Amino acid sequence: MNNKANVVEKEAVVIRFSGDSGDGMQLTGNLFTDESALFGNDVATFPDYPAEIRAPQGTVGGVSGFQVHFGQKKIHTPGDYADVLVAMNPAALMANRRWIKKGGTVITDVDTFNEKNFQKAGFKTEDPISELKLEDYNVILAPISTLTKEALKDSGLDTKSILRSKNMFALGICYNLFDKPFDNTFKYFEKKFGKKPQIVDANKRVLQAGFDYASNVHALPSYRVEPAQIEKGKYRSISGNQATAWGLLAAAEKANLPIFCGSYPITPATEILQYIADRQDLGAKTFQAEDEIAGICTAIGASFAGNFAVTTTSGPGLALKTEAAGLAVITELPLVIVNVQRGGPSTGLPTKTEQADLMQALYARNGESPLPVIAASSPSDCFDYAFEAGRIALEHMTPVILLTDGFIANGTAPMRIRPMSEFPVITPRIAKNNGSKYLPYARPEDGSMTREWAIPGTPGLEHRIGGLEKMATTGTVSYVPENHQVMTDQRQAKVDQVIVKVPNQEIIGDQTGDLLVIGWGGTKGHLYDAVDELRIQGYKIGLASFNYINPLPKNTGDILTKFKNVIVAEINSGQFVNYLRMNHPKFDYHQYNKVQGLPFTVEELKDAFRKLL
Amino acid sequence: MLENNIEVQKYTAADFKSDQEVRWCPGCGDHAVLNAVQKAMAEIGHPKENYAVISGIGCSSRFPYYMNTYGFHGIHGRAGAIASGVKTANPKLSVWQVTGDGDALAIGGNHFIHEIRRNIDLNILLFNNEIYGLTKGQYSPTTKYGQKTKTSPYGTIEQPFKVGQLAMGAGATFFARALDNNIKHATETFVKAEAHRGTSVIEILVNCVIYSDQTHAAITDKEFKEDRQLFLEHGQKMIFGKEKNKGIVLNQGGLQVVTIGENGITEADILVHNAKNQDPIVHMMLANMQAPEMPVALGVIRAVEAYTYEVALEQKIEETKAASKIHSMDDLLNSGETWVVK
Repeated sequence: MNNKANVVEKEAVVIRFSGDSGDGMQLTGNLFTDESALFGNDVATFPDYPAEIRAPQGTVGGVSGFQVHFGQKKIHTPGDYADVLVAMNPAALMANRRWIKKGGTVITDVDTFNEKNFQKAGFKTEDPISELKLEDYNVILAPISTLTKEALKDSGLDTKSILRSKNMFALGICYNLFDKPFDNTFKYFEKKFGKKPQIVDANKRVLQAGFDYASNVHALPSYRVEPAQIEKGKYRSISGNQATAWGLLAAAEKANLPIFCGSYPITPATEILQYIADRQDLGAKTFQAEDEIAGICTAIGASFAGNFAVTTTSGPGLALKTEAAGLAVITELPLVIVNVQRGGPSTGLPTKTEQADLMQALYARNGESPLPVIAASSPSDCFDYAFEAGRIALEHMTPVILLTDGFIANGTAPMRIRPMSEFPVITPRIAKNNGSKYLPYARPEDGSMTREWAIPGTPGLEHRIGGLEKMATTGTVSYVPENHQVMTDQRQAKVDQVIVKVPNQEIIGDQTGDLLVIGWGGTKGHLYDAVDELRIQGYKIGLASFNYINPLPKNTGDILTKFKNVIVAEINSGQFVNYLRMNHPKFDYHQYNKVQGLPFTVEELKDAFRKLL
Repeated sequence: MLENNIEVQKYTAADFKSDQEVRWCPGCGDHAVLNAVQKAMAEIGHPKENYAVISGIGCSSRFPYYMNTYGFHGIHGRAGAIASGVKTANPKLSVWQVTGDGDALAIGGNHFIHEIRRNIDLNILLFNNEIYGLTKGQYSPTTKYGQKTKTSPYGTIEQPFKVGQLAMGAGATFFARALDNNIKHATETFVKAEAHRGTSVIEILVNCVIYSDQTHAAITDKEFKEDRQLFLEHGQKMIFGKEKNKGIVLNQGGLQVVTIGENGITEADILVHNAKNQDPIVHMMLANMQAPEMPVALGVIRAVEAYTYEVALEQKIEETKAASKIHSMDDLLNSGETWVVK
């Protein structure tokens, strides 16, 4: 406990840790997040790091950041602006100036204030505080480097090693600021550096020194954020990419099939491949292919051979996979294609977020080539929608595109652990040899249009499929004009049938009223907060955040009738709004779009929505 | 491997014929290869349901439709990637990739070298007719320098790939060559390819009667063929010719044709073929021999042992499973840092 007299209760707080790529800001942020979650706060985080692995030290381009939003209320986003900015050098200060909440607290290492660093960071003067107009902010110029050295002066460590732990000094300040216990952080040191007691001790001492320093600086406020009222249960922290990988593994388990992931590394999707590769203990096979095309083609081969096949990528990779996606459509094989969207076009902004691959997912294939498209909307629900993508693929014999984005993929949030027994069993239609001739494109009588999957190695079901158009039912090559129409219609009808298990679109907030806010995928948290805050102000406003894109939920047309105005907000130039215009043309849609590689801020959304209220 | 666990079935080539009408041009070399593959599969004797034939795009890639096995007709260039996925996912299958010089070496070149590098246990039947047939006569990556085609009306200015050199450069553990007009030898070669554990590349010199007719005539012409075809057998001397009196020797670092009985050459001087030599240098020289100066090497040029990708992967999975505490999704979800909200 700190010894401050005046402790201010806060509902929620945003802290942004920032420093050089090598300053350990991601670790610092993660440790703070873990302590907050263990304390009972709800949390959401977002890392913000440069595309370059080692950008020049001390420059704005080399600044790595980690933002955590924690509260005693439900937290839906990592927060727009920081109540507290930790800036380990002038470059971090320069890079993050725009993200400090008006009047917020800035903690910076004054020992890094020198001419060389100012120059590298792009300051014109030697007074960064007034140059950045921070006079009205609560700026704590802490001698972090000096005090870290002081704390470890008799540790026997060299200066370089000592300075490596200065991030722990900053973390100690933050623990004091928010009156947090840090037992878990100490445990982490012991686990991580168990074999080097000297390092464990050094980290503990520096953290404690930071904590004590903050106790004695009266300019530092002291806050308390009480535990949140969140659903009871066991939780773990999870990133969107990890949740996606695990959701796919879960689908394989519930379908009782081996999983095969054929992928090529690409930012920001690579981690999904890595998380699946970690799971050889669950029998997962990963194939790091020679290119994106081989990624999907090995997956198609694995699917033909009877595995639950997935391929993971980001926008440019999806572009390369399009021809093969069409092959999966015409062969009617189950396949999940995960696209973690990033800024485009072309290489674009690899480490930044965007929702601009919606049209690519829906239509970027030659010919009439329909497939289901679904989107996840938070780090933790990536698990559910990855599972759902697997269910749809396997039960409907179709490739499915799952859209996530850099924002939810890299962000973390707590996920309540549910036993796998709570998840539905996935039942692929696997063909059996019952003595009659196997017909690859026979459709069942239940109307699902789903063909049977004959696994090579099964006696008596030998058959041939491929990219050429096939005769309905028999599957022999066919150029008959009428047959092409029949098969085209059947492929569409099969995707339409996916709707049978698609839940109705829910409206959050007011069920009728003045404004319906529509979004899809990863913007849900920001839209939720904007709508929630406007409702508290008395506005009649509701939110429909879509996860099912193709097919759209059955009640989509109904919910559009219930509000005077409809606005569609998305991180692109208007792809979902135009898709809605095409599917539900009789409504008028307003739109709010931003394409800056950044998530929305709640503030800008509220401003945009208020104009229609 | 399969032979050990599963009763060898009794099949004839007819068991592997599908009910589809074969639509290659009359006189096309592909007909003969189809026959040879059907004969080889019957002879190998795996249960029919364990064969999977995977192709790309091109005339030869229609192959799976004519086989009464599991078959997959892919997209252009991707047969190697699809076949890699099939074998990795389901290692008990005997996977045969059917591809051509355009499919494997131009649009699919990347997959070709990488499947070889990984040594996945596949049989790659590379139909080399030195032309794009299905698109009606454009030059391919193996078209001879200077040849006139529809896209090189004044003669190509590209150097052709040498298939064996390319495959061995990528680390091929097995390389063989067969001819479309020698079904018996092709069948034997395919059976040997199946016996090899790892990626087996078989270059089949195929005649396209329409667009590159007689492209292999220098090798196959009845008048010269015995002097221009060297049938290699591991452990046998490299002797050929109408009179069985010609042979290959190593001379100043290169291969040379000699005549036994001339210039003091005896049979003892002739090279013995060692297909199992890990060093591919002599294999590459053999694969690169070109008629009419040299005979063209046929049969198994290289067959060396190495671990295969899909077996190594399955072994790793078994080892990881045995060492891990995580055996289910419930185990995984509850592993590592968790906390309880009461």
